[in-house]
Amino acid sequence: MISFIRNYIIFLLRCARIAFIGDWRYYAWMGALTIICLLGLNAYAKQLVHGLITTGMSDEVSWGVYIANFTFLVGVAAAAVMMVIPVYIYGNEELHDLVIFGELLAVAAIIMCLAFVTVDLGRPDRFWHLIPGIGQMNFPQSMLSWDVLVLNGYLLLNVHICGYLLYCRYQNKKPTKWFYIPFVFLAIAWAVSIHTVTAFLYVGLGGRPFWNASIVGPRFLASAFTAGPAIIIIALQIIRNFTTYRIKDKALLTLRSIVQVSMIINVFLLACEVFKEFYSGTAHSASAKYLFFGLHGHYALVPWIWTAITFNLIAMVILSLPLSRGLRWLDVACVLSIIGIWIEKGMGLVIPGFIPTPLGAVVDYRPSFNETLVCLGIWAFGFLCYTVFLRMSVPILQGRLSKTNEGQIESEMYKLT
Amino acid sequence: MSRRSFLRGCAAFGGVTALAASLAPLRELGDYTNTEQFLQKYYKELTPSDMTKVITRIEGEVERQYGIRPHVRDLKPMDGVEFVYALNLTRCIGCRKCVHACVKENNQSRSPEIQYIRVLKMPHGSMDVEKGNHNYDSKQVPEKGFFYMPIQCQQCKNPPCVKVCPVNATWQEKDGITVIDYDWCIGCRYCEAACPYWARRFNFTKPQIPKDKINPDMSYLGNRPRKQGVMEKCHFCIQRTRVGKYPACLEACPVGARKFGNILDPNSEVSYILREKRVFIQLKEEMGTSPRFFYYFDK
Repeated sequence: MISFIRNYIIFLLRCARIAFIGDWRYYAWMGALTIICLLGLNAYAKQLVHGLITTGMSDEVSWGVYIANFTFLVGVAAAAVMMVIPVYIYGNEELHDLVIFGELLAVAAIIMCLAFVTVDLGRPDRFWHLIPGIGQMNFPQSMLSWDVLVLNGYLLLNVHICGYLLYCRYQNKKPTKWFYIPFVFLAIAWAVSIHTVTAFLYVGLGGRPFWNASIVGPRFLASAFTAGPAIIIIALQIIRNFTTYRIKDKALLTLRSIVQVSMIINVFLLACEVFKEFYSGTAHSASAKYLFFGLHGHYALVPWIWTAITFNLIAMVILSLPLSRGLRWLDVACVLSIIGIWIEKGMGLVIPGFIPTPLGAVVDYRPSFNETLVCLGIWAFGFLCYTVFLRMSVPILQGRLSKTNEGQIESEMYKLT
Repeated sequence: MSRRSFLRGCAAFGGVTALAASLAPLRELGDYTNTEQFLQKYYKELTPSDMTKVITRIEGEVERQYGIRPHVRDLKPMDGVEFVYALNLTRCIGCRKCVHACVKENNQSRSPEIQYIRVLKMPHGSMDVEKGNHNYDSKQVPEKGFFYMPIQCQQCKNPPCVKVCPVNATWQEKDGITVIDYDWCIGCRYCEAACPYWARRFNFTKPQIPKDKINPDMSYLGNRPRKQGVMEKCHFCIQRTRVGKYPACLEACPVGARKFGNILDPNSEVSYILREKRVFIQLKEEMGTSPRFFYYFDK
């Protein structure tokens, strides 16, 4: 038992140590991210002192880019499942070793989600009121209490799966199936639940007709399963280019077909929504009018949503053509999808839900500078986490960081390339 | 010392300094919270002796901040009482006297301005709030061709705000008033998104009230000064109505458009109105919220 704990601590220490070692590019990247993190932290400290008045939010538009980014990132986290399903259910070989990168992405995304929710709170010092047992959790009534449970549960599941598999690989041991396979399958269902629950957060509000539509849930999933694997493709491309880790083209092409189908479904569901909002022309379509064409002289979101739609359509065309078997084009399509869906899911879903207000007032929302800095800080922190996760996991998966070479401080081992 | 460990030392020192610098604004946090506030229990779990302590703390805080010793009470709902509001749209002239009386009574922030009542100037013939003007600035009211519709918390029987609150910081009391425990709210603003009447307000920063404008007659769930980062809204002037007085907005109304009372008492004015008027309106009835706030018309 003692030797087990000793080994585990050594494992953690070596992982921590390797996170601080790399070539000049690694230091430059990590240094830049750290600076942005600190700028964000500084902006958040200001917000904590002066209140959310430092943001662009108001009683009219009471949620802004924090919740928008949160919503997008829940989708990214959920999308890890799109790598898990082919591997564990259909026995896909190419993706097998890559699943862990998807799960680590989910961990980083959930960390960012939790950060975005926390910075949105007016009284973060009272977070303990949410903790079941010592606080007052309004479960199962409040969808937000569901969200707290499923997000933290998903984080734990993925940390367990990744941590266990990496530690086994480090020890050159074959993982015990019952110790992770049940969790993998639980995580598949759980991934769908985190995004569905987040959609229900909006769908459940009868006073907001733009959100109170049953299509929001399916659209959330379709867009998540587009943007998530697209981010994984880009991440794998980066791993391929910056480390010696080998990733086959075929693996990327498998992911391509997932992004392809999801994007087509996503665009179809968007079309369904647009038809419903505009053909019937009821008073309930005011938010959609504001989003797509502007309302009573307010056009703040119009350029955003048309950019999103253009990007999504171009991405869909590229993905549907054989062209995107070429990895360059696949990268382009992925980047377009990521940006398009980030706008559509974030600004395009959260903000227009508030405009016009239930009393008909049209008040625009623009994130403030301080608010933007906080967002950038959290994104930088997420990138920092993911980079560190990759920095640890790549050498472990390659066998360069393992129990057998414990005690050796060969600089060779730590090299990126 | 090797070159490498020197560089490492520099990096660590620089990192710690940068972290401290980025957290520097926190020095201004001041009276954001303290141990007693941080550990305060949920309203419904406070024993009477806990409550006495909490009230003493609040009175002390108000005195320190505004230089006036308030009288804070924890008023409970009365038995056999369910409050209902009725507003006569034929009479309302849109003078907004109710809005300002409410601000004064309930210690609302003057900067930034927080108001619980929003009066809409509506074109004749339509109940569609989207046609309403929120910011009318008429020299004289009422203007021809318009009617005026004041909207505040509708004290719903099925309040969406209560359902969505993740920490039970807002709930409906026995007398029908939906209240907020300002010391329990985490400021997520989910209730604000859920309310179909835009009745809830958030303290985006520390509320400012001039010292001489403080109303010292306060209640825990009612008009005691709020903190930065929490929700508030109309509570039917709990500090008045639970001791048998009318709400401030009713008393301020120069034309008698506002009626308030106990719907469980068949002889009350509101019972009479809801019994005798041919038409009355619950705003956005289709939401299924079943408001305790009724709009009616004279003939």
